[in-house]
Amino acid sequence: MPKQGALTARQAQTASKELYNFKNKRVSIMNKLMPVLLFLCASVSILTTLGIVITLISETFQFFQKIPILDFLFGTKWSPLIPPKSFGVLPLLSGTLMITFIACLVAIPIGLASAIYLSEYAPKQVRKVIKPILEVLAGVPTIVYGYFALSLITPLIQKMFDSAGIFNALSAGIVVGIMIIPMVCSLSEDAMSAVPRSLRDGAYALGATRFEVALKIVVPAAFSGIVASAVLAFSRAIGETMIVTVAAGSTPNMTFNPLESIQTMTAYIVQVSLGDTPHGTVEYGSIFAVGMTLFVITFLLNILAQYIARKFREEY
Amino acid sequence: MEALIHIDKLNLYYGAFHALKNVTLTIPEKAITAFIGPSGCGKSTLLRTLNRMNDMIPGTRIEGGISIGGTEIYSNEVDVETLRKKVGMVFQQPNPFPKSIYDNVAYGPRLHGTTNKKELDEIVETSLKSAVLWEEVKDHLKRSAFGLSGGQQQRLCIARALAVNPNILLMDEATSALDPISTLKIEELAQELKDKYTIVMVTHNMHQAARVSNQTVFFLNGEVIEYSDTEKLFSNPTDQRTEDYISGRFG
Amino acid sequence: MNIFQDANRKQIADRRRTDWLLHILFVVATSIGVIALCALIIDILIDGISRLQPDLFTNFPSRKADGSGMKSALVGTIYMLLIMAPVSFIFGVGAAIYLEEYAKKGRFTRLIQLNISTLAGVPSIVYGILGLALFVRLLALDRSLIAGALTMTLLVLPIIIVSAQEAIRAVPKSRRDASFALGATKWQTVSRSVMPSALPGVLTGVILAMSRAIGETAPLVMIGALTYVAFLPNGITDSFTVIPIQVYNWLSKPQLEFKELAASGIIVLLVLLLLMNFSAILLRNKYQKNV
Repeated sequence: MPKQGALTARQAQTASKELYNFKNKRVSIMNKLMPVLLFLCASVSILTTLGIVITLISETFQFFQKIPILDFLFGTKWSPLIPPKSFGVLPLLSGTLMITFIACLVAIPIGLASAIYLSEYAPKQVRKVIKPILEVLAGVPTIVYGYFALSLITPLIQKMFDSAGIFNALSAGIVVGIMIIPMVCSLSEDAMSAVPRSLRDGAYALGATRFEVALKIVVPAAFSGIVASAVLAFSRAIGETMIVTVAAGSTPNMTFNPLESIQTMTAYIVQVSLGDTPHGTVEYGSIFAVGMTLFVITFLLNILAQYIARKFREEY
Repeated sequence: MEALIHIDKLNLYYGAFHALKNVTLTIPEKAITAFIGPSGCGKSTLLRTLNRMNDMIPGTRIEGGISIGGTEIYSNEVDVETLRKKVGMVFQQPNPFPKSIYDNVAYGPRLHGTTNKKELDEIVETSLKSAVLWEEVKDHLKRSAFGLSGGQQQRLCIARALAVNPNILLMDEATSALDPISTLKIEELAQELKDKYTIVMVTHNMHQAARVSNQTVFFLNGEVIEYSDTEKLFSNPTDQRTEDYISGRFG
Repeated sequence: MNIFQDANRKQIADRRRTDWLLHILFVVATSIGVIALCALIIDILIDGISRLQPDLFTNFPSRKADGSGMKSALVGTIYMLLIMAPVSFIFGVGAAIYLEEYAKKGRFTRLIQLNISTLAGVPSIVYGILGLALFVRLLALDRSLIAGALTMTLLVLPIIIVSAQEAIRAVPKSRRDASFALGATKWQTVSRSVMPSALPGVLTGVILAMSRAIGETAPLVMIGALTYVAFLPNGITDSFTVIPIQVYNWLSKPQLEFKELAASGIIVLLVLLLLMNFSAILLRNKYQKNV
């Protein structure tokens, strides 16, 4: 219980009333208005998503009124411009997947190895040089990579394989891979640097060498982050547009030969928009159907990556 | 000394945690009141109810009342901004803005509508003089406040609080991040300021309370155990727990 | 008595060798990225440097490679930046302030946050599809500068929002407390204390987002930025082209001369990007000094 102090009585009434009058509520317009305006800014992101979804769904729906959905999903011939017209998406899908697999074959091992090197081996000075270089690599516009593929990688491939065409999936795939190395590397490295020092120290104290610590302690501990980065890399490669438009060709082609010219979903969308396709035609609708396919695949992959990163995150 | 602040059966909860239990207290005008007690005892929480800084912590619930100069500060009619203008606060860590010394002191007056350059110049000068910092900084008011030493920064923060012309000054362990010499300067400053301002300070340091305050309140586990004249509390405490604390048996 | 005597020397030597081999492997892997960047830059310089002449900046594109320039593309890129920068700054920073300072931590806020991170992963060509349907057709802006700038604004908004949120979150709570304790309202605290502290970080993010935008090609191809523009846009509703589209146009021509022009266009683009990144780094350094 509180004891009575030296001052007891309520003498405060004598204190000047005016000095302690806090009741003049000010009406501050900015203070009321700004949260509303700022909320509107934030809702632009929701509206963007809604816009994308509504656009894709409504136009795709119209497209499927003309072309049966099953013909689209399971058809093996894509010939939208030259009669007999045919809208089977599988050739575009296979072209996209071929590019994506080649790209991941390049990007995931190299990106992961670079991440291990930077997080476990590299001295500080080396990191200081390599990290900005990778940042620059990540910031190079894709059209520049397209040029790189066409002017340097394709001739190299043609020298090695006689059958390779000017436009081929291999060249584009390799360059898409180079483009996403920095992403795989930086995301994996983030995951590895989140592994606590004490785990490494524990292994070193038992006499482990550096590669044993890296491969048996750090990589397993950071595994969910590494897998998430690989999934994101896959998604990035699927959505890549300019490199494949420039270097992989425009022949929808269900092939497993990476030296042939193919067409990806993204490259098809570009091809149609370059020509002046009238609004309302089947060709016009087809870019939305293909765009929808692209959006759904990348959306699911991104959700999967976020899920993996969150669900399997190790708690230390 | 007349009582200025009346705290009446105050209970405060952070979610389910009962942080202040039935606190009843009066705080005298134009004097220094010190809140002491072990960490987590609720002394800082009570201090932050006096300018309603606790309002911003989600899940805070308050029962009971606090009146300052006869105005119930938790009443709906109270304008929190005006209250905070009248009840200034200095924090544990010096927290100047990344602006010039001048702009730091002028921040408050500008908030409340003073834009006249001459008026601002005057306010900055008087506030810095009141905080005994003027002589050290008058020649480089345009320099960044981050260039000052920790003790100078804290005095700058006091000047900044004084610039909006408050009646009450709350000091939340204002010297705990400072070296002994800077601490001494702030303590001397508090002694000077009490002629014009009502000062409430939280301190983790019993000796500081004994040195500078007129009245001391001892807290334990969210309760006020004892409050009285500082001299009496330290020489002749009524409660055994107070005696145990001030003689260093715990805390 | 040697304490190491029972160690299996052969096994230790093997492990050392593996460690050494893997070390080499990791170094090689890391250098692939570096080598690729060097090869790319050298390749482009060799091809493009000879065409880097005043003509490139003062002439419009033409059917003949000689004397062909990218004046319209350069101007188009700059005009687009001038529209995009303020619009995306206002909306992006506004959204970030809302999310960090005002939004209640509830389901709806989490939804917005999740939505933003998902939008950042949507392929840029999908934004082109949205721009085509929304700005070009629905709002009847046609294939205009404003339609392009708005499409690109939507594309970079998630990047700006996320980086601005980080900058705002980095402002210490004590600075907000100091402002509130002086009797500032919420908006006064945000506008006079939080935002000045966060501004360098916010601007860094905006510049990086802009440098992403001026290199983007696909969405603008979608909304129909023309590939052959022999005039300068007079207003925001005029048609336009930008550097990467001009480069794409030259690149899709078979003649070697046009390939050289494409390379020189790329050099201009890269120099522009380098300048923007450099200013972002300068800002970042200033920022680090201030906190």
